[in-house]
Amino acid sequence: MILRLIAKRLLFLLLVMWSASTIVFFVPRLSDINPIRERFAELARTGGFSPADLEKIIESYTRQFGLDQPLLQQYWDYMGQIVRFDFGYSLNRYPATVMDLIMQAIPWTLTLLLVTTILSFVIGNLLGALSAWPRAPGWVRAIATPFILLTGVPPVIMGVLLLFFIGFRLKLLPLGGAYSIGIVPDWGDVGFWLDLMRHQILPALALILGSVGGWVLSMRGMGITIQGEDYVTFAEHKGITPGRIFRDYYLRNTLLPQATGLALALGTVVSSAIIVEGLFGLPGIGTALNNAIRSNDFPVIYGIVLFITAAVATIMVLMEFVYPLLDPRIREQ
Amino acid sequence: MTYASASMPLQPGRVQLTLRYLRRNKSLTLGLIVLFGLIAFTAIGFLTIDPKDAYPLSAPTRRAPSWDYPFGTDFFGRNLLAAMVVGMWQTAAIGLLAGVIGTAIGVVLGFTSAYFGGWTDAIIKNICLILTPIPVLLIQVVVAGSLDKRDVTILMMALIIVMLGWMGTTLVVRAQVLTMKERQFVAVAKLSGMNSIGIIFKEIMPNLLPFIAAALVVQVFAAVFASFYLAVLGLGPLREPLLGNIIWAAQGQGAFFNGWWWWPIAPSVAMILILGSLALINMGLDELANPRVRKTE
Repeated sequence: MILRLIAKRLLFLLLVMWSASTIVFFVPRLSDINPIRERFAELARTGGFSPADLEKIIESYTRQFGLDQPLLQQYWDYMGQIVRFDFGYSLNRYPATVMDLIMQAIPWTLTLLLVTTILSFVIGNLLGALSAWPRAPGWVRAIATPFILLTGVPPVIMGVLLLFFIGFRLKLLPLGGAYSIGIVPDWGDVGFWLDLMRHQILPALALILGSVGGWVLSMRGMGITIQGEDYVTFAEHKGITPGRIFRDYYLRNTLLPQATGLALALGTVVSSAIIVEGLFGLPGIGTALNNAIRSNDFPVIYGIVLFITAAVATIMVLMEFVYPLLDPRIREQ
Repeated sequence: MTYASASMPLQPGRVQLTLRYLRRNKSLTLGLIVLFGLIAFTAIGFLTIDPKDAYPLSAPTRRAPSWDYPFGTDFFGRNLLAAMVVGMWQTAAIGLLAGVIGTAIGVVLGFTSAYFGGWTDAIIKNICLILTPIPVLLIQVVVAGSLDKRDVTILMMALIIVMLGWMGTTLVVRAQVLTMKERQFVAVAKLSGMNSIGIIFKEIMPNLLPFIAAALVVQVFAAVFASFYLAVLGLGPLREPLLGNIIWAAQGQGAFFNGWWWWPIAPSVAMILILGSLALINMGLDELANPRVRKTE
């Protein structure tokens, strides 16, 4: 039974990856733009080699990347590479492979994402549940309202505003970069770590402020519904303490829908983090993508897109196996 | 009969009812007010400024906001007030185009899927489910990145966004039609010999309109959001003063490092107002479409 479920989800995951990589394969080939020509024409413009050499270089690269093969052959080879997580070489930073670049960038992005997602999920849900709870003190609702108003603001814009008010006007925190210019990264030095943290505060804050409101909103809605349920009234009459009602009746019942919401929001959360990273110039996936777009480094763009898609889809499928742990009713089935 | 005619004069008119409802539904009202404000800003803007000022080399560069240039000018010599007017209009155009196309696809597919069921339903539903976990923005990045940025147009932007932006509406409409199909009025219509086209358009469609309106707002919101993100990444039509493009350019030139704070701030505030008004309208429509949470007087 459980094996069948796992097999089904794995098939689903494969289908998701297959459709994503098929789109990424065919779309660029439908357009008349030639990534290799684009890249080397740019190099030629900045000076370096003569137009005659340019054609030769393009030709040899086209052969090397197998772009002169028939389309189906290319598709087959490409799929073989994807399965092995081999996204080829970066045009811009050859001989680094796309995977090298991703692996360099991923720890930064992962740390930022983990910290901000957990913080905003916990803060948002607690605030939302408390603001729907009749016994909660008035100041909780006062805090929750501004967060709800911020729901529509994309994290990037939050980043611009934070940069303006805190970085530019008050000069409290740096305006970007992973660490101060002139500092040599030394992972054993406490001062370097502190400097690193200072640079992470604004991007993290932008992501948290941009997403807390959504959790507050959905949690509050659910909290209000639960309030009207008979079992809550019954529990109150039984004399169960308010703290336990809050924990075991409010939070417990909303855990599953909110976890589902987190899984569904994952794509947006990751996209936002990538763009905020680009805005602040942190050395994560976002900046790698930004640089790749600016320098027409197409293999890197496609590699990053496929890598992130695989990660998001895998986590979404894995989350489904967490649901039974959160809700005994699913476990029964 | 006499009862009805006696109460007639007391029955408030349609306009009055709408106004009364708007007073109750605060988020819808506020959202509409902001939206009309933005429309007025754009309309008056087009009447008073020269749209050419929104493009580079039309004004002195890097001027802080002043009486002549209320929002300042940027590094490339764009008058940011003019850029806001044109950019707002273009954002609206992309949002509406992508929103309407996406909703139309979603409604047609959702209806087909739910009404005919069987294989049709299985195929459409599963395609939606398989495409949903793919982070749409990233695929849009691939599509937009593969185009020659010199000739990306507003329409193309909208089409890129729609490409993977119809699954949500399809699933919502499908779910609604599925529940509506089981309602008694549909059974009555079927028994009285109405054909499926008639049932779809005369019985189900009118009941579905609030949901479709809400889905349209969600689609427009998502499209504005997506086009903004693409533009911030430098994947929009780079020549145009799209709000995201301006932030991208400001970031590329290190606006804050150089003290040109007004450059990224103007498009950010405009974007907050656009997305905020759409979010409020969406919340308001949710209440309208979902009678369970509809507030009573």
